[in-house]
Amino acid sequence: MNPMVKAEGVHKNFGRLEVLKGIDLEVQPGEVMCVIGPSGSGKSTFLRCINHLEKIDAGRLWVDGELVGYRQKGDKLYELRDHEVARKRREIGMVFQRFNLFPHMTAVENVMEAPVQVKRESRAEVRERALALLDQVGLADKANAYPNQLSGGQQQRVAIARALAMRPKLMLFDEPTSALDPELVGDVLAVMRKLAEDGMTMVVVTHEMGFAREVGDSLVFMDGGVVVEKGHPRDVITSPRHERTQSFLAKVL
Amino acid sequence: MTNQADTSTVDDRGGAPAPPEKISAVPVRHPGRWVAAAVLLVLAAMLVHSLLTNPNWKWAVVGQYLFAPRVLHGMLLTIELTALAMAIGIVGGVIVAVMRLSPNPIVSGIAWLYAWFFRGTPVLVQVIFWSFIAALYPYLSLGIPFGTEFVYFDSNKLVPIFVGVVLGFGLNEVAYMSEIVRAGILSVDRGQTEAAEALGMTRTKIMRRIILPQAMRVIIPPTGNETISMLKTTSLAAVVAVGELFTTVQLIYGSNYQQIPLLVVASLWYLVLTSVLSVFQYYIERHYARGTVPLRARGFRFGRAQGGLS
Ligand SMILES: Nc1ncnc2c1ncn2[C@@H]1O[C@H](COP(=O)(O)OP(=O)(O)OP(=O)(O)O)[C@@H](O)[C@H]1O
Ligand SMILES: [Mg+2]
Repeated sequence: MNPMVKAEGVHKNFGRLEVLKGIDLEVQPGEVMCVIGPSGSGKSTFLRCINHLEKIDAGRLWVDGELVGYRQKGDKLYELRDHEVARKRREIGMVFQRFNLFPHMTAVENVMEAPVQVKRESRAEVRERALALLDQVGLADKANAYPNQLSGGQQQRVAIARALAMRPKLMLFDEPTSALDPELVGDVLAVMRKLAEDGMTMVVVTHEMGFAREVGDSLVFMDGGVVVEKGHPRDVITSPRHERTQSFLAKVL
Repeated sequence: MTNQADTSTVDDRGGAPAPPEKISAVPVRHPGRWVAAAVLLVLAAMLVHSLLTNPNWKWAVVGQYLFAPRVLHGMLLTIELTALAMAIGIVGGVIVAVMRLSPNPIVSGIAWLYAWFFRGTPVLVQVIFWSFIAALYPYLSLGIPFGTEFVYFDSNKLVPIFVGVVLGFGLNEVAYMSEIVRAGILSVDRGQTEAAEALGMTRTKIMRRIILPQAMRVIIPPTGNETISMLKTTSLAAVVAVGELFTTVQLIYGSNYQQIPLLVVASLWYLVLTSVLSVFQYYIERHYARGTVPLRARGFRFGRAQGGLS
């Protein structure tokens, strides 16, 4: 079986700033990988490379055995067209720190938008599925609310439902709870935990060490654009091998 | 909450705190506002008095021409000109704005050049120019650039004066609308595009479904302004004698020398039209405010400011 995500020597520069300096990682199907690291270490950038929101400058990146952003013929790489990139993104869900719900649509319309507009599925069918998904994240009664009528935690759960509506095989979470008031974090984490139990492959950038320890199958510590340490969450948290990991954990725990 | 007559004794009976007494403070007085209002009222009364008593306004003549078929026909042309020019302006404005934001430097450069040229020359010149385009290019043809031509058009038939005027106003408006639309597009949070991209939407879809509907909130008020301004700018078409409202009243007072009453007729109709437009704008704005303000049904009111005298 192909790994769901495979990165080999992934580099990314913004102008002269080298943000990713050779990332090697593998995420197996069904695995929940948590990524931690100090601010600016390149966690978000790596996540965004996986669904090609950022273009990588060197190395190779595969999702489910297919190269991200390029087609390989012989030893030549061909850039994918806009609509080809878009098609691949449909199989990868992403949840953002700042929710990014569409403010001019109700919760259920947010969830329905992509399946109806992108996959051209029938409205009635999608609507039923959307309502079921909202129910699953505990928001059955908020289907017709606009995002500005929802709390941060509710918005983030709608955002998760929106991503799930595309039936992705991989979910990316970029600090999904960092913008939330502490008492709202639990609801969102509960939804993510349920998702993990159902077997979803997830890459989660987070500072929630409790979640990483209990739900994560692996934990990656990034610093300065490289993976410093990777292992089972319990091992990394309780007995980090690298000094940098130790000092970072000392600050967040 | 209990609702008994002896609420004042709650404290004595249960030890629960009495409900806080409703505040009845003396509100802040604003004598300045009252003085200003009085002065303005007197001025307004003087104006109305003069309008009614000065015989030079010739209200009888105004009444005679207000619904004259020629005037109404002129008004219809004014509406047509405005509607067509604004339609070109809005559609073209969206296209030029999207071009301007394109990552392709040639495409965005052309869009910039367009706005530079059409904003940089007087609209009156452009209108006259388009009306006489037939003199410049008597024939238009379709074919391979610099090569064989397949179809010929006689420009005089293809571009009559009315079409020339519409093009003149419309193409000029495209330049202004493109800047308005661009500002609207730029006002939408970058995260919206990212979220839509992450869902697998294509560039055009994102623009149409996600960005433009949100940009509308920023785009509509200045577009309303542009429409109202266009309504009056169409009176410039008088120079090439398209029979819109202003041309019509000019023609009429040219023969009967009743300038003042006929200008009043034109002004009244322009006022009516702009008022109707304002009402339209209100409802369009409310439509696009979905999800940005608490849903509160409110009717249309002229002048939206809150507050009053006290
Ligand atoms: N579009 C961009 N243009 C230029 N620099 C960027 C861009 N995006 C990110 N960077 C830079 O890349 C570096 C890594 O950013 P990234 O967002 O990946 O960090 P992070 O690990 O997610 O940090 P945080 O915990 O603060 O979210 C930072 O120094 C940031 O300033
Ligand atoms: Mg980040």
